[in-house]
Amino acid sequence: MIRLLRILGQQALYRFAQIGSATIMWSSALSNMPRRSDFPLFVSQMYVIGVKSLVLIVLSAFSIGAVLALQFYTQLARFGAETTVGVGVAMVLLRELGPVVTALLFAGRAGSAITAEIGLMNATDQLSSMEMMGVDPLRRIVAPRLWAGFFCMPMLALIFSAVGIWSSALVGVDWLGIESVGFWAGMLDNVEIWEDIGKGTVKSVVFGVIVTWIAVFQGYDSEPTSEGISSATTRTVIFSSVAVLTLDFFLTLVMYGDF
Amino acid sequence: MEMRTIEITVGAFVLASAFALAFLAVKVSGVALTGNEKTIILHARFDEVGGLSSRAKVSMAGVTIGRVTAIGIDPVYGEAVVTLEIDGNLTALSLDTGAKILTEGVLGGKYVGLVPGADEEFLVSGDTISNTQGAFLLENLIGEFVTSMGDN
Repeated sequence: MIRLLRILGQQALYRFAQIGSATIMWSSALSNMPRRSDFPLFVSQMYVIGVKSLVLIVLSAFSIGAVLALQFYTQLARFGAETTVGVGVAMVLLRELGPVVTALLFAGRAGSAITAEIGLMNATDQLSSMEMMGVDPLRRIVAPRLWAGFFCMPMLALIFSAVGIWSSALVGVDWLGIESVGFWAGMLDNVEIWEDIGKGTVKSVVFGVIVTWIAVFQGYDSEPTSEGISSATTRTVIFSSVAVLTLDFFLTLVMYGDF
Repeated sequence: MEMRTIEITVGAFVLASAFALAFLAVKVSGVALTGNEKTIILHARFDEVGGLSSRAKVSMAGVTIGRVTAIGIDPVYGEAVVTLEIDGNLTALSLDTGAKILTEGVLGGKYVGLVPGADEEFLVSGDTISNTQGAFLLENLIGEFVTSMGDN
């Protein structure tokens, strides 16, 4: 019994310490203002994190938009309300699926890559040699990735929503024959720039920060063995998926729950 | 990869996301690029708003001309006071313009329909529309039907 309690205490202390050191790492990486000379590092991280995720994001958005249009159509056509497919798809994508699915894909595509990369740097002592040379690894390795995540996620989410809506129009209007004017006018009437697009973008910024933070910390904190790197990569995907989905509920509650 | 190529692709990525934002803003949410901030604020008193929500549209002859911005209650008369924000170009709404709460299709949401009047004086911002017809409640209709059946 005492042993059980002790294990529980150990685990709790370990977790708290991890959260604490992750917060310290995050704040000290972001506290020193980025210099002009850091900009190329940031751009190359934008490339690795953002541009390389683009194909995955566009393909997923295309199929999700098409599937949403099909599902909404089959249900709504029974009531003769098929023109509301446009509003439905737009709302669902802008408010929820755009930010959330992008964040999940982003965690799988970019988050795991960040963890593996930093984990391997850690395992091969590149990080400590950087410190020896007087180069701050937080500034050179961590900060550009955090900033790139901060900017890439909302951009990817916007592209996701736009492609999704376009593909739903392709399926709905061009294939299923929903009347085009009603399809688009419904969106114009109901979608608001801040209420739907703005809040969705705020969500995706939060998710971007969370996912890159988890990814960078897991890489930094990984055991310097091949098993350590592999389990850190797995943890990145699991933790960020759970964090994104849980946080999404609370963000939705705060943003849209007026009760 | 060469830095130049990376910079070019990142630039294209930023441009693509800007296009996505522009598409969403203009085509989906309908932000007018020409700022028409000029609006007329009108109030309308209804005995029943039954499911009207703020942000519902205001239309006249089927054309959307504004939105509902607030719904409140007058505690003295127990009437709903609906605030309407209408396109500022419509300066020639006559004083006896009517307002009705209508339903869009069978399942659609409630909206406010304005009916043109004949008065020669015009409504200005801040005026109240008194010639109104509240929402149609199915429950009331059924109630009336049942009582009239009882009378026969």
